[in-house]
Amino acid sequence: MLIERSERWQQSENSVTSETIYLNRRRLLAGAAVVGAAALAPSVFAQRDRVLKPLAARPTSFDPGESPTSEAAITQYNNYYEFGTGKGDPAENAWRLKPAPWSVKVDGLVDKPGTYALEDLVDFNALEDRIYRLRCVEAWSMIVPWVGISLASVLKKLEPQSGAKYVAFETLADRKQMPGLRWPVLDWPYTEGLRLDEAMNDLAFLAVGLYGKELPSQNGAPLRLVVPWKYGFKSIKSIVRISLTDTQPATSWNISAPREYGFYSNVNPQVDHPRWSQRRERRIGEFGRRETAMFNGYGDLVGDMYAGMDLGKNY
Amino acid sequence: METTFLTHTMPSISSKDLRRFGKPLVFALMLLPAVWLAWNWWLAYGFQPNGLGFNPQETSNRFTGDWTLRFLLLSLAVTPFSKLIRSPKPLLFRRMIGLFAFFYVTLHITSYVWLDMLFDWVELWADVLKRIYITVGFTAFLMLVPLAVTSTAGWVKRLGAKRWQRLHKLVYAIGILGVIHFIMMRKGFQIEPLIYAGMLAALLVFRVQKHLQKTKRITG
Ligand code: HEM
Repeated sequence: MLIERSERWQQSENSVTSETIYLNRRRLLAGAAVVGAAALAPSVFAQRDRVLKPLAARPTSFDPGESPTSEAAITQYNNYYEFGTGKGDPAENAWRLKPAPWSVKVDGLVDKPGTYALEDLVDFNALEDRIYRLRCVEAWSMIVPWVGISLASVLKKLEPQSGAKYVAFETLADRKQMPGLRWPVLDWPYTEGLRLDEAMNDLAFLAVGLYGKELPSQNGAPLRLVVPWKYGFKSIKSIVRISLTDTQPATSWNISAPREYGFYSNVNPQVDHPRWSQRRERRIGEFGRRETAMFNGYGDLVGDMYAGMDLGKNY
Repeated sequence: METTFLTHTMPSISSKDLRRFGKPLVFALMLLPAVWLAWNWWLAYGFQPNGLGFNPQETSNRFTGDWTLRFLLLSLAVTPFSKLIRSPKPLLFRRMIGLFAFFYVTLHITSYVWLDMLFDWVELWADVLKRIYITVGFTAFLMLVPLAVTSTAGWVKRLGAKRWQRLHKLVYAIGILGVIHFIMMRKGFQIEPLIYAGMLAALLVFRVQKHLQKTKRITG
């Protein structure tokens, strides 16, 4: 065990390189979407033989101005229980996932239902760079440079009907690819959901990449949600189904422990989780703890949606 | 068979040798996890590559918690093991193992109070009361204190063997609380704490069986 850990640590040297290249590049090429052709060192990590292709994306103003967490930490410290409950398990086991070809089933209250190939759902020529804070309910946090597309732009394409009030998401659940499914840790498949106005918010994002390249499997390849004002578990990974509904969808953690995980799960330092005090967080890579901000610091973008709601009850 | 093998080999080591060589050896072995932890924090302190991972505080909380529970269960296994091989010799190690469990729970608390909470006493107290699994762990720790204090031969005399033994039966309750603490701490329905729960249950069943046999013998 000890040996394996130190190996993982050493890998971080490669990643630091590609990270530096990435960050410099981002600064140099701000405005010009030409990352694609660049000879970025392919990062391999635990992917066995999966090489992560660089993705061309245009920079946006979504940037908290804090330096991103190291690529090594983002790709080797994960909660993705379908690949095991240890933080290092996903990086070790996720190579079994086959991210291509990938299709997403769209159903419920939409005018354009059907099974979409990933490339038909996400316009890979319209990708954006967005650097977001990530706050886990376990009281740790990261800064993550995602690549993807706004969720609203995808939903509009599917043409939600007027009765649609919620969006439900589902993660792949295939025992052959996901060894963690052997244990009933949660009621598989993993499901999550948003209110339609939350899903349509500017901040709600569908990521297909990380650090300028395709998403590593342990980070939820090939398509994952990113809702940075909510605790990390709301940002569902490896999405295979999107449904529009008129009733609030069931969500996995809420089913597992309703007293601990509500449907909204907005980052809120005033509402404690029975397991973790939510007032502070540890930024991965730092020793001490920082104060946690309401809505993870995104209150000006999302606060209005919850005006008048009792956030102690709707946790 | 394994048992006969053990019955034949184990008693052939004299108690004297076990005291002289066995004890220091077992002591050193049980210290290893703590040495590993201290060494890796030393490396981390100097920004050297180390085995603590990306969340060193979480790693040390969990590492010390795991070893507390392991030594606690190991101390409970000594008596059944000694009955199994029909030799009192393993009992020579029981106190040491129990004290190591206490040593590791002290490290566990130190890790949490110092490395994780950074001596923020207000936050800490709120945490202990608010988070039920910490309250449970804390209760287990408080029960462990009198056992560590009375672990000496002097205290056995002072209390009398009967009362001392009755007091030290507390360790079963501590084991149960430790396992509950672990199950509650993990999110969802996880297998690892249940493995510990299973081992504890086996030890309890053994204990109860022996107790029933004894009472049967007395009444019959
Ligand atoms: C006999 C007493 C105790 C035993 C046997 C014990 C054992 C454990 C175990 C096995 C774990 C889980 C480790 C893992 O996930 O691998 C754990 C976690 C934890 N324990 Fe204890 N514990 C005890 C007492 C305490 C006390 C007194 C406190 C606090 C004052 C405490 C605080 C914690 C915390 C905070 C965690 C979570 C670690 C994390 O995720 O960062 N425990 N303990």
